Amino acid sequence: MNGVEFGIVIALFLFVTGVGFVAARWRRAGSLHHLDEWGLGGRSFGTWVTWFLVGGDLYTAYTFVAVPALVFGAGALGFFAVPYTIVAYPIVFLAAARLWSVAHRQGYVTAADFVRGRHGSNALGVAVAVTGIVATMPYIALQMVGIQAVIEAIGITNNHWPLIIAFVVLAAYTYSSGLRAPALIAFVKDTLIYIVVIVAVIYIPYKLGGYDKIFNAAAKALPAKPSKGALTLHDTQYLAYSTLAFGSALALFLYPHAVTGVLAAKSRDTVKRNMSLLPAYSLMLGFLALLGYMAIAAGVKPANGTNGKPDSNTIVPVLFDNQFPSWFAGIAFGAIAIGALVPAAIMSIAAANTFTRDIYKPYLRPTASPREEAQVSKIVSLVVKFGALLVILFINVQFALDFQLIGGIIIIQILPAVVFGLYTRWFHRWALLIGWVAGIAVSFWMLWYVPNPATNHKHFGGAQWALSHIGINTKSAIWIGIPTVIINILLAAILTPLLAKLPRGVDQTDESDYHAEAGDPAVGAMPLSPGQETVTA
Amino acid sequence: MSEHPKHSSSGHHDPIPHPAQSGSRGRINFRPVNLLLLIPLIGTLPPMFYNKTAPSIGGMPFFYWYQLLWIPISVTLTYLVYRTTRGER
Repeated sequence: MNGVEFGIVIALFLFVTGVGFVAARWRRAGSLHHLDEWGLGGRSFGTWVTWFLVGGDLYTAYTFVAVPALVFGAGALGFFAVPYTIVAYPIVFLAAARLWSVAHRQGYVTAADFVRGRHGSNALGVAVAVTGIVATMPYIALQMVGIQAVIEAIGITNNHWPLIIAFVVLAAYTYSSGLRAPALIAFVKDTLIYIVVIVAVIYIPYKLGGYDKIFNAAAKALPAKPSKGALTLHDTQYLAYSTLAFGSALALFLYPHAVTGVLAAKSRDTVKRNMSLLPAYSLMLGFLALLGYMAIAAGVKPANGTNGKPDSNTIVPVLFDNQFPSWFAGIAFGAIAIGALVPAAIMSIAAANTFTRDIYKPYLRPTASPREEAQVSKIVSLVVKFGALLVILFINVQFALDFQLIGGIIIIQILPAVVFGLYTRWFHRWALLIGWVAGIAVSFWMLWYVPNPATNHKHFGGAQWALSHIGINTKSAIWIGIPTVIINILLAAILTPLLAKLPRGVDQTDESDYHAEAGDPAVGAMPLSPGQETVTA
Repeated sequence: MSEHPKHSSSGHHDPIPHPAQSGSRGRINFRPVNLLLLIPLIGTLPPMFYNKTAPSIGGMPFFYWYQLLWIPISVTLTYLVYRTTRGER
């Protein structure tokens, strides 16, 4: 074990723990016993806080660890993360502003709240809520993979205690401070990450003899790897690359934690400005991806994981360990570990809000007061984190990895209800629900036929479906979410006129809601959402 | 104490006129400048445009610097749309 690295990681961890608890007092408007306060940080975050919060939320420790690992193992294909995060923001730019407006006018906390109110359907709201929670759970578990990779690189193997302690502490300050904790810690996280990345992309190539040598080493090594990668894509990878990037971008802002970040902004203007500024993170991600090639050039061997086998997710920590002096490697490891805590906190808050607002309240306790809602959410955020911890400790990491691939494919199935719902009421609520069922069912049917040779899994081994299944003579594959969301949309469109005789739900929203801005009548008073009177009284 | 949002489905009972309603009510405001948002998709999603190693810059193959270059382009375009449509609903 490296004592210097360990000491610095512990010091940084203690520092952010303090920040996490102090955050409860930060910009505090009223009582935390309300979801607008605990779960959305008072809906008060300006441009800077939102930028750090959403960035800290979407660019997770798992991303930092897994994207370079994918580039290390598969070459050009792993670079899909760059077009993915380039196109995501232009795609959601307009829709996110409408979602912010209607959510503030109507007091919605989650995407499922909006769907229930817009389409007048509890069932559709629950479908969206369950999809969000199921897609988020493995994502939280994967944040632990990021922390575990750091722990292993420091040289602590076969010991789960550091991970357990980290999550208990995280759970404690999330419980007490709500969304304010990750929002404040995100400043620390991203400052550290930016410093580490900037130093890494200058210092490591300098030590290895320049980018020329790095790419040459990668060009030689990649074809010999099991995935037979290269510096550019094979013709047969075009479809996989495009659909993975485009589909992931469509899915990104449908995740509950992304919606939480958007709705916590203080104004519609803040949301739109952020959508134009957030891609700055992609630059960092692009350079991070290149660390995969630097690891090849530096001859990095992955460290052993908890299962005793080499774990390719350790290549970035091992690279830092080999190349940096101990004190800076310690800072880098601290950055990755904190980078796991921020999204894990936001994801668990978002999943908890979704459960409380869209399952607990409509079905279990319709009379729940805002105080009770906040209390249920706080407890569920604990349950969610411990559930994720149990998956990592007692099932295995591969389960979480496989499941996370599925996450993007199932979350994209709520796109018609949420995104189309922001623009039109044309679709019938039952048509949308049937489309959702069909999209999920076909996705699972297709996933069943995806093997993973690396892990010897015959089924659910990846998210790319070979076109040869439908008799096309090619090695091309497609990201499953794209064809299945098209089936979902077509079915909803075909069934809408056929179901015209069935009653439509009541639309709670008004057309003007979708254009509302902070300061408008009924929005200016918004932190006092309906029912808040009971709290302040 | 109402447990449900008090806004009715129509919103007509609201005595205060919303500024957003004047002229924009009941339709989607689409400005042609929004089409700029499509350009990053066209530039980055079809890999056949950029799937080659030459020319490289500073040792970095075309495939990589081309895609990284789209980050500032995308930021510029999206920011342009933001500035142009700022204050509009």
